[in-house]
Amino acid sequence: MQDTDHLGRPIIVVTGVGLITSLGQGTDANWRALTAGKSGIHRITRFPVDGMRTTMAGTVDFIPVAVPSAPAMSERLAELVIEEAVTQAAIGQPGDFPGPLFLALPPVEMEWPQRLALAAESGARDTVTYDDLLRAAGSGDHHAYYERFLFASVGENLASRFGTRGTPIATSTACASGGTAIQLGVEAIRRGETESALVVGTDASVNPESLIRFSLLSALSTRNDSPETASRPFAKDRDGFIMSEGAGALVLESLTHARARGATILGVIEGCGEAADGFHRTRSSPDGKPIIACMRNALDDAGLTPDDVGYINAHGTSTPENDKMEWVGVSAVFGARASSIPISSNKSMIGHTLTAAGAIEAIFTLLTVRHGLLPPTINYDTPDPAVPVDCVPNVARAAVVSHAISNSFGFGGQNVCVVIGAAPGRS
Amino acid sequence: MPHDRDALITGVGLVSCLGEGLDAHWDALNAFSPVLDTTSFPGFPVHPMTALALDRQIPKRGDQRQMEAWQRIGTYAAGAALDSAGVKGDADLLSRMHMIVAAGGGERDYAVDSALLSALPKAENPGAYLNEHLLSDLRPTLFLAQLSNLLAGNISLVHGVVGSSRTFMGEESAGADAVRIACARIAAGQGDLFLVGGSYNAQRPDVLVHFEMGRLLWKQDFAGVWQRQEAGGGLLLGSLGCFLVIESRAHAAARGAAPLARIASVATDRCRRDAGVATAVARRQMAALDGTYDAAGAAVISGASGAAAATVEERAFLDTLGLPVRAGATALGHSLEPAFPASVALAAMALARGTLFPPLEPAETPMTAPLRDVLVTGWGHWRGEALAHLTAE
Repeated sequence: MQDTDHLGRPIIVVTGVGLITSLGQGTDANWRALTAGKSGIHRITRFPVDGMRTTMAGTVDFIPVAVPSAPAMSERLAELVIEEAVTQAAIGQPGDFPGPLFLALPPVEMEWPQRLALAAESGARDTVTYDDLLRAAGSGDHHAYYERFLFASVGENLASRFGTRGTPIATSTACASGGTAIQLGVEAIRRGETESALVVGTDASVNPESLIRFSLLSALSTRNDSPETASRPFAKDRDGFIMSEGAGALVLESLTHARARGATILGVIEGCGEAADGFHRTRSSPDGKPIIACMRNALDDAGLTPDDVGYINAHGTSTPENDKMEWVGVSAVFGARASSIPISSNKSMIGHTLTAAGAIEAIFTLLTVRHGLLPPTINYDTPDPAVPVDCVPNVARAAVVSHAISNSFGFGGQNVCVVIGAAPGRS
Repeated sequence: MPHDRDALITGVGLVSCLGEGLDAHWDALNAFSPVLDTTSFPGFPVHPMTALALDRQIPKRGDQRQMEAWQRIGTYAAGAALDSAGVKGDADLLSRMHMIVAAGGGERDYAVDSALLSALPKAENPGAYLNEHLLSDLRPTLFLAQLSNLLAGNISLVHGVVGSSRTFMGEESAGADAVRIACARIAAGQGDLFLVGGSYNAQRPDVLVHFEMGRLLWKQDFAGVWQRQEAGGGLLLGSLGCFLVIESRAHAAARGAAPLARIASVATDRCRRDAGVATAVARRQMAALDGTYDAAGAAVISGASGAAAATVEERAFLDTLGLPVRAGATALGHSLEPAFPASVALAAMALARGTLFPPLEPAETPMTAPLRDVLVTGWGHWRGEALAHLTAE
């Protein structure tokens, strides 16, 4: 195999991955649970759920964080998956990663515990206003809050700890963020700016307000009685997604660089595609054009045709809207094969890891290709005649896959698809 | 030597306390007088956004209602940039236009926050009370006005920029890296036409609380960025929207677009700001520019924020260059994410006119020679050091 692709660009390979989801910590543990069809969704115990419409989530409750907040927990998950990925890749030296960091990160803002602490410090009694918070902010030492809730803090801390090069790029394209981070890394290597890049998507933002924000958009499942069966992508009785946490890290390298240092190649990032949708803030164009363009752009970038693709890792959120629109897109791109190409949703088991989803699911896609085993879509009891997909219902299936697509579609009309291929020498 | 893949600025949309558009900014900077809002947040002056006729760039009232101020400012500035580049409404071009937005987060519902902060300490079951009231009192669409990537989303929706959409977060560095990556993609053939920028609303209490927690706000009588350092330094935040249309020379030439300036290079980096390390970063960035410009026709547009440590160190570094310097934040206020794109816009404005605007405070020296090159610095108030080099076209 040569070192350049169909357009003469460096081929980009993955040499290390790391994963945390509600299914557990570590790539092996996650892959075992995912292919066994286990669900990581459970009733929320992190905070009171009284009065909530949705009382379940795929929180990661087994990683302790001293002073919890969404950025602090997202940073901790990112640290752990980066350590796993860098260790597997055996690249650089501890604290000295030889490339830039691309980070998919949830938006950051001060949270209720800090707001309430300032309010208490202000001494205001009956009515607390932002004037009181402002007064309290300037007395006492709040530097730790200030730093924690800078958008740059997570990337800065990770860059310091892992010694990545240059400024860390923290990106948000909502639920497509992980895919965007991969694409940024791929492009940087293709430009010849670097031979390697560290990509991480992380999200640990399940807190009362964020859960309620999604609830108010009617985006979440309310099948609270049975959390493990609530996420049911492509099923007729799907009713929303499950908010979840997790992180995924990938070490990307040019094939030349990976070969030269004798690294084990886990798979190839063959192409990326993106397309924005100007139709609506939360809904896709009814004609599916942006989703279709996004998949086609990714295939063009990879130099492949739809016939080359053996598996689709769906965005598959389990909302009525997404899964229908994803089918519209897949049926347009894959034509007669649309109903027979396997397309499964990891979110049936891990829920929607939001900012991290694109990275986590790209890693699962890579493992699917690598191990020749398609993870199932669980909770698929009631097929939706309007969405006639082969979603690998309920049980994992062995299959040789040479090329797969991982789809990510976000609020704000931001869509990214990543094409992942088998490691050279196996096709 | 001109090259097909040079990155040219062919459009600018800039709105701030000084007004709307480059002409308004040029006029205001040539007769500088600070524009401050000292009454909305007593004791905490900010540079306010100029009055915007929103209908001109966001024609649907429904769209305006769905946004909060930071999005309206940004969507407005993006539309102005598209107008300025002559690509507004050109569906074919916009379908190939790549967008990189530098963004923070959106406004909160301050009344809801205040009511909850008042009631929660007295509530029998605070957790349940919080849930109940967030569910009943938050406007469902407020979330979409808060998400960082929804400025880009609104630009796609209102202006039809749909080639691609990416949002970078991370205060000043996000803006600098947005410009850097757009230029790098143009140079590498990873795109021809980009919309790059961001917006900031300084007139909101939550951002004042944030920077006050960092003890970073300037609360004394108005003083320029450099002069503030004699009294401990500090930020005067400024509401601002800035978008740049950046395109390859070949693409601009093919559609007959007139460039304002060329972005010859952009470098960004970070350090932990141990004493002198940011200077070392900046020296490396400068060394890469050796021989690429003639000091006689060169000036610096500094992105210095006013924050003490970074501003003092940057000033000492700039003094070693011996070039005329202007700190844009003196006039526009400090605007975090769009600060670097705005500095680039001021540089392009001056280069297109062939002359630098007058000093904004005593520490700045006049320049009479024709302006050919501008170095744009972007040292974040906390982290990040950026340097761009722009040349006249």
